Amino acid sequence: MTFIVKPKFAHPALEANALGFTHRDYEGAMSTLCAGCGHDAISASIIHACYELSLPPHRIAKLSGIGCSSKTPTYMLGQSHGFNSVHGRMPSVLTGASLANRELIYLGISGDGDTASIGLGQFAHAMRRGVDMVYICENNGVYGLTKGQFSATSDAGSKSKKGVANKDTPIDLVALAIELGATFAARSFSGDRKQLIPLVKAAFEHRGAAFIDVISPCVTFNNHEGSTKSFDYVREHNLALNALDFISPREQIEIDAAPGSTELVRMHDGSTVALKRLDDSHDIHDKPAALATLQRHHSDGQFITGLVYLDPETVTLHDRLGVAARPLNAMGEAELCPGSKALESINAALR
Amino acid sequence: MPIKAVNDFVLRFANVNGSGSASANLTFARAILRMGVPIAPRNIFPSNIQGLPTWYEVRVSGAGWLGARGGADFVVAMNPQSFDRDMAGIEPGGYLFYDSSRHIPASRFRDDIVVLGMPLTDICNAQYTDPRQRQLFKNIIYVGALAALFDIELSVLETLISEQFKSKPKLIEPNLRALRLGHEDARARFDCPIGLRVARADAVGERILVEGNQAAGLGAVYGGATVCAWYPITPSTSLAEAYENYALRYRVDRATGEKRFAFVQAEDEIAAIGMVIGAGWNGARAFTATSGPGISLMQEFFGLAYFAEIPAVVFDVQRGGPSTGMPTRTQQSDLLSAAFASHGDTKHVLLLPEGPVECFEFGALSFDLAERLQTPIFVMLDLDIGMNSHLAEPFQWDDARRYDRGKLMTATELEAGRDFARYLDVDGDGVPFRTLPGGHPNKGAYFTRGTSRDKFARYTEEANPYVENMERLLRKWETAKSLVPAAEIRNARGAADVGVVYYGSTGPAMDEALAMLAAEGFEYDAMRLRAYPFGPEVAEFLANHDRVLIVEQNRDAQMRTLLLIDFPQEAAKFVSILNYSGSPITARFIARELRAREGVARRIQEAAE
Repeated sequence: MTFIVKPKFAHPALEANALGFTHRDYEGAMSTLCAGCGHDAISASIIHACYELSLPPHRIAKLSGIGCSSKTPTYMLGQSHGFNSVHGRMPSVLTGASLANRELIYLGISGDGDTASIGLGQFAHAMRRGVDMVYICENNGVYGLTKGQFSATSDAGSKSKKGVANKDTPIDLVALAIELGATFAARSFSGDRKQLIPLVKAAFEHRGAAFIDVISPCVTFNNHEGSTKSFDYVREHNLALNALDFISPREQIEIDAAPGSTELVRMHDGSTVALKRLDDSHDIHDKPAALATLQRHHSDGQFITGLVYLDPETVTLHDRLGVAARPLNAMGEAELCPGSKALESINAALR
Repeated sequence: MPIKAVNDFVLRFANVNGSGSASANLTFARAILRMGVPIAPRNIFPSNIQGLPTWYEVRVSGAGWLGARGGADFVVAMNPQSFDRDMAGIEPGGYLFYDSSRHIPASRFRDDIVVLGMPLTDICNAQYTDPRQRQLFKNIIYVGALAALFDIELSVLETLISEQFKSKPKLIEPNLRALRLGHEDARARFDCPIGLRVARADAVGERILVEGNQAAGLGAVYGGATVCAWYPITPSTSLAEAYENYALRYRVDRATGEKRFAFVQAEDEIAAIGMVIGAGWNGARAFTATSGPGISLMQEFFGLAYFAEIPAVVFDVQRGGPSTGMPTRTQQSDLLSAAFASHGDTKHVLLLPEGPVECFEFGALSFDLAERLQTPIFVMLDLDIGMNSHLAEPFQWDDARRYDRGKLMTATELEAGRDFARYLDVDGDGVPFRTLPGGHPNKGAYFTRGTSRDKFARYTEEANPYVENMERLLRKWETAKSLVPAAEIRNARGAADVGVVYYGSTGPAMDEALAMLAAEGFEYDAMRLRAYPFGPEVAEFLANHDRVLIVEQNRDAQMRTLLLIDFPQEAAKFVSILNYSGSPITARFIARELRAREGVARRIQEAAE
């Protein structure tokens, strides 16, 4: 809640990372999302990943679109500049920011409505351009702020809170990202911190467009029986090998899965979701295999989680454009203005 | 009687799009310029790649009038599709030059014009076997013929052709041969020169011939723009491309090949402006070039940039609207959609260049204004300015000039303990300080959002902070009035009770119209608006005249609407003169309309007395 100010004090025994920052230095304002929202768990994982990587907080730029997910940059990385832009357009704003200063670390936060519906075009083009960023889609299959409409990632047959079944084909953002040229594509579950934190860390260390689709159940509008994004449904259909933590209603659901396991996740309302964790037999460098794996498990009603595809040989947007190593926003007249002498010859050529 | 004129006529080429005529026509126009005679060339072209009619008009004006005049004294009719229409457009006593290879019955020709038939196709077929050569050299042959008809120095054309094919020297000789072939044939066939003649003069001076888009793109390079994100759209495409071409010449490190600019063709106009805003937020000077449909698509982002206070520059090369409208015709019809772009209470700064010189100057200045005011700046060109070549004073740049980065609080200042609040009006001018991402380790970070917030950039939905913020934006608007280019005012020799208001590409035609009317004894004060919001000089001008004629190139009198909002007390004085045909406004049209209004006004006055 915005009227609750987060206390500043920290436990004196809090460990500092290589830069001397504690976990608290990566936190943001108090979340205003619903209690138990999967998005808060994702924020916590991002905070933890940044802390463990010892990223300088002020060198991270966090950008988002509009929606519940896009509110979360406020709740993390309080020392970083943030930009809550317009619906579905975070990719272009982030691309522009990246062009202005290639030295910062770019974190884009979006949701399934923001990415798969209104912003599908921008998502697609940011991936194919190889913008150097971590792009996290907090995917709950529902429009939360407008109270429960389907999104384009809602599975066919999944029911809304009002009991209406979705008839349209869902978009698999991970498959799409791979198809479009993302060089790092992963899927995880908001409650699986053991899997998500290393994935976020790996994404930050990846040079190029890194995409993580994080299934994040909506406790309020998409956590009922019949929904395929509810905690329970995801648990039941997640291909991941693991034992679960106990989940009490209205607390964040966490799982702790081993590679290769399939976990049926019980949701707040009693339904379940299946998540399958990819095991070592999955070749993350094989693009056609990655796409086939996604397809195969999806037709089995399972979400595979983990790093689905990785191409370490990336060519980023900056490489393609041949932009100077020095940030463009640091350049002044001497580097940018051709001056009056050059103008004389330009004039002469126009006579 | 055939028209007789020296250095004062309009020649119109009627061609088929894609027939290679454009470069031959340009060579012809440049030859006149090289003889020291001012010209005003204009392209009239369809939204088409190949096959449809296209026209190229060269106004030859020893007096230096550069606006469109209207009518044609000489037509080179090379397109059978538009032949009848082209002939109909000739002034009485004018000349028709056509390809007489195919017989046209005498009854089809007007009897009040001079008809000059030359069997161009037959000549080409006799000389060349390759169909492509027959087509291309036909163009050069008629240029040679025109040189004879107008008494243009052949040596000037020969030099131009040699320069044009400098990189392909093999082509020089065949082109020169075609040129001379046409010249000799015309001299044998017609009584050369005809009544219309070009005589060497010294009226061009140091001036250059350049398109507005090219000038604006160059202005962006000089103004320090480092990020250009754009989406192709007529008639703005050549602006982005000119920026890239000049940047490739002047912004590439010779040793490493590194570029000191980023040029991104976006997937649509929304992404283009998104990139510009992202780059502006992060401290780069960024711009996009677009036209009406692009402005429509970018609306939501303009509201964000206005409200979140992010510098951005938008070059809007206006074309005929609404919808796809007339993509290859000119209008000034985006004023309102740019001035109030986006939902909610928004107002945006518009700069209104008259021609290439101001396209260059405003092109550079816009980046200073965008950063000083932390808001989008719209540079409003139109197709006539942007895509036609204009004779213009040479570009100038003062090397002592420094970029105005506006209120940018540095990490050093933050470290020294300077207070930072993103939306606090520290100086009373409505413009707050900003910081750039990545500057200071623990000071100056803030959250940018399109939702309402307090002075410290914290989200709030409370009424007071919202209202205070909206009012601060109005103070910033007042500040903008003192920073934008002031209107240019010219006073009549005597006291004039009628004032004429105009802007943008209407300028050259207005200059001529005012001179024409002055010669007839009608004197007007004139004000050329160069920016929105309006400065105090605009209020004064309106207050000081009994009638104000506002000349625009749109249907709905959009500038009048802007003036009415700021000066409702002057409403009764306003009379609109509007041209929205898609063709550039002409001096003849303005003069005729002014005469008519003046006549009406005098009758009213007489009746009152």
